[in-house]
Amino acid sequence: MAITEDRPLAITAGSGAGVRSPLGSFTRPNSTTGWKSWLTSVDHKRIGIMYGVGAMFFFIVGGIEALLIRTQLAVPDGKLLSHGAYNQVFTMHGITMVFLVVMPMAAAFANYLIPLQIGARDVAFPRLNAFSFWCWLFGALFVNSSWFLGGGADCGWFCYSPNSNPIYSPSNGVDFYAIGLQIAGIASLVSAVNLVTTVLNLRAPGMTLMRMPVFMWMMFVTQLLLLFAMPVIAVALFMLTFDRLYDANFFDTAAGADPLLWEHLFWIFGHPEVYIMILPSFGIVSEVIPVFSRKPIFGYPFMVFSGIAIGFMGWGVWAHHMFASGLGPISVAAFSVSTMFIAVPTGVKILNWLATMWGGKLRMTTAMLFAIGLVSMFTIGGLSGVTHAVAPSDTQQTDTYYIVAHFHYVLFGGALLGLFSGMYFWWPKIFGYFLSEKIGKLHFWLTLIGFNLTFGPMHVLGLQGMSRRVPTYSPGYGFEFWNMVSTIGAFTIALSLLVFFWNISASRKASKNLPNPGPDPWDARSLEWSIPSPTPEHNFDTVPEVKEFDDWWHRKYGEDPDGNIVRIAHPEDIAQTGDAHPHLPSPSYWPIVISAGLPFIGYGVIFSLWWAVLGGLLVIGGMYGWGLEPSTDVDEPIDPDDHGHDGVALEAGDEGDVLAELGSGDGTGETGETGETEEAIPVG
Amino acid sequence: MADLASRVGEGLDEVGDALTHDDGHDNHGHDAHGHDDHPPTNTGLSNDKLGMWVFLGSECLLFGALISTFLLYKGRHAGLVNDGTLEGRAAIGPEDVFDIPFTSLSSFVLLMSSLTMVLAVSAVQRGDDQRLRVWLATTATLGSLFIAGQVYEFTSFVREGLGFTTNIFSSAFYTLTGFHGVHVTIGIIMLVSMIVMSISGRVNKENAEAVEIVGLYWHFVDVVWIFVFTIVYLIP
Repeated sequence: MAITEDRPLAITAGSGAGVRSPLGSFTRPNSTTGWKSWLTSVDHKRIGIMYGVGAMFFFIVGGIEALLIRTQLAVPDGKLLSHGAYNQVFTMHGITMVFLVVMPMAAAFANYLIPLQIGARDVAFPRLNAFSFWCWLFGALFVNSSWFLGGGADCGWFCYSPNSNPIYSPSNGVDFYAIGLQIAGIASLVSAVNLVTTVLNLRAPGMTLMRMPVFMWMMFVTQLLLLFAMPVIAVALFMLTFDRLYDANFFDTAAGADPLLWEHLFWIFGHPEVYIMILPSFGIVSEVIPVFSRKPIFGYPFMVFSGIAIGFMGWGVWAHHMFASGLGPISVAAFSVSTMFIAVPTGVKILNWLATMWGGKLRMTTAMLFAIGLVSMFTIGGLSGVTHAVAPSDTQQTDTYYIVAHFHYVLFGGALLGLFSGMYFWWPKIFGYFLSEKIGKLHFWLTLIGFNLTFGPMHVLGLQGMSRRVPTYSPGYGFEFWNMVSTIGAFTIALSLLVFFWNISASRKASKNLPNPGPDPWDARSLEWSIPSPTPEHNFDTVPEVKEFDDWWHRKYGEDPDGNIVRIAHPEDIAQTGDAHPHLPSPSYWPIVISAGLPFIGYGVIFSLWWAVLGGLLVIGGMYGWGLEPSTDVDEPIDPDDHGHDGVALEAGDEGDVLAELGSGDGTGETGETGETEEAIPVG
Repeated sequence: MADLASRVGEGLDEVGDALTHDDGHDNHGHDAHGHDDHPPTNTGLSNDKLGMWVFLGSECLLFGALISTFLLYKGRHAGLVNDGTLEGRAAIGPEDVFDIPFTSLSSFVLLMSSLTMVLAVSAVQRGDDQRLRVWLATTATLGSLFIAGQVYEFTSFVREGLGFTTNIFSSAFYTLTGFHGVHVTIGIIMLVSMIVMSISGRVNKENAEAVEIVGLYWHFVDVVWIFVFTIVYLIP
């Protein structure tokens, strides 16, 4: 796998402190503004924003595919798409929404917020972080380039064999699927290694695991799931590629292969993948609901441990996707029971969110509305999920629109509503201006109504017997009315997305005349609100010292002698000012160069090996560049990428400031030994 | 119950703290500013080393999936022919091609390379650059011998009629052992890079950890081979 190929150089990069620019041409880029600075950036915040923009772009692509599907099905005997084209459209819709929208959007929040919420300057491996993003982007473009090179994959997003073999799917679509997801998978794996290391290693002093925000825990569990799920799908995709391109026999039933092998491998990845998509949103609403209820999260340890429980149990339920495949009664019974059990930790979470809101001083901001939207819509999806755990009922529902309704309620009603909630919540922190609440509420209600109009009727259609993935249907089965409703709903969702984009542009324009929202506009609880908005490039002037859960809140509020909560400090007074200039990791050309080589290798494998030569040169050249580039800009006095020596969180240590602060005890009135511009920060 | 859960949580923190303090001294020489009481990372392991451990955890699942596939398809090449569904060529299986003594020898060579890897790590930690290069080169040579053995084995299998596409057993066999071979090859490239960097002075006692991390990878690949060899060659 390509990830291992860059190991030797990645490890040794920067290990020679003092060796600068061994080959004169290998210098590090130093532009900090303009488009070029984005291409070479290793800043986790910029990478997070790029993930978000990329995901939004593919949200439009996947949305157009969804509209094509709904237009085709609006009336009986739809003629918009041929049956072959319809297969491609629903397959690409699934792949796009899962791998190119929900996962990268969650990755955007993970990248942006993990260092901020644990009090770090950057992630553990900044260059690998940039590599993850570019690798994902090029993988995504590679998959979508199949539209112009003979047609997309047409085997459904889980691409069961034998549908995926060259007889049933003769175009190159499935090859693009297998190789494109492989490339995107490398991105996820590298990112998981990076973020797991970050959470374990770079937490600020006092930020013990059980003081981390719930969002951090959910992201941590998500990254662990990615870490262990991606290699399984990688193996399955390798075997599919070998089967299709090199005549291997893994899924060739004529040669005695087991058709269930793919299904097992896919769902051993695929079920954890479901939690990979939903847990980030669970984490987001676990931040949003306490802030807008003015209460701490109810039952913090239960929230954490139910997330961990979901992470573990997610590995023991995969076969409930395969009840109809003839597994045998014992397997079916076992997976039925385990699937019912996994509803328990999820139920715990929902009850805790409700209990957090209970008796709270609710502020119905757009972020809060989306969060409540998740809690209610996900509950519906969760309950229809429990009906699938009952194997006899599932056998009826398999491959009907009931299934489509269920997973859209958990993935749109769950994951996407949560991600929108996070966008409205963190927008001022990321971009330095508010999204309009008025347009935002319109966005929310349009989304909610459109969503329920689209996917609610699918429960009915499914129970009436309408098959999933049918390209059209004949009149007279009673499918007409609900299909039309569903299509109207889909266009309502499209309208709501336009409203969101209008909100962004209108709010951005309006913000020019508005004051900066300040460090802590929502009166929030976690560390990212203790620094200016938008986040300064170096995150924290001084690495914060954490004394308890919800530390930032407790710096603002205390108790008077009667036990009432009283404000003891204003956020503007105690927030960091963002005018320190600590040393940061230098940007690098090589992450994008190496990633750019991967799709060419893919084209080479599919079409002509000459393309692979080009791709291979880019990858190998990129790895040499990665290994040989000086560990920092030549003007810089110290080696910032030398993570073997100290964490990024501490890397401002070239001036001795941060390490000095680490040693300065309780964090009151900190001034670094040789700190340049440290503000004295009184901490309550 | 809530109380219990939060106490378990505190226990988790204590474990984390204990790790921090126990391993804190491992980072000798890394804390340039002399704050020895504050280990630079929460776990006390450097990011590089922890990252490698995390990555190797992921690799377990990669080989797990490959081994599962092999186990599923092992022995399936023969039954079908008796049913008359496949031509005789496809009936070639492990018992026809495997040369256990030869593969045992090359396995021994690979396992010995773990010993020389340990000696290399020990040499760099003592600051003995000469020995470091000798042991790294020995490790790389032993690894290359193993790969040479695999190449010889594969070509002789193909000559005997067991190609990659012959039957489901052969596809699973070549994919599993091939993936392992690729991992060993990457390890050899890492070892050679270490030698070159040692000669140019970029690997020495100060960053002995780089060698140690390559060692982690190398030992992992060896341990995987113990499983692969047992499952593929030894268990009938």
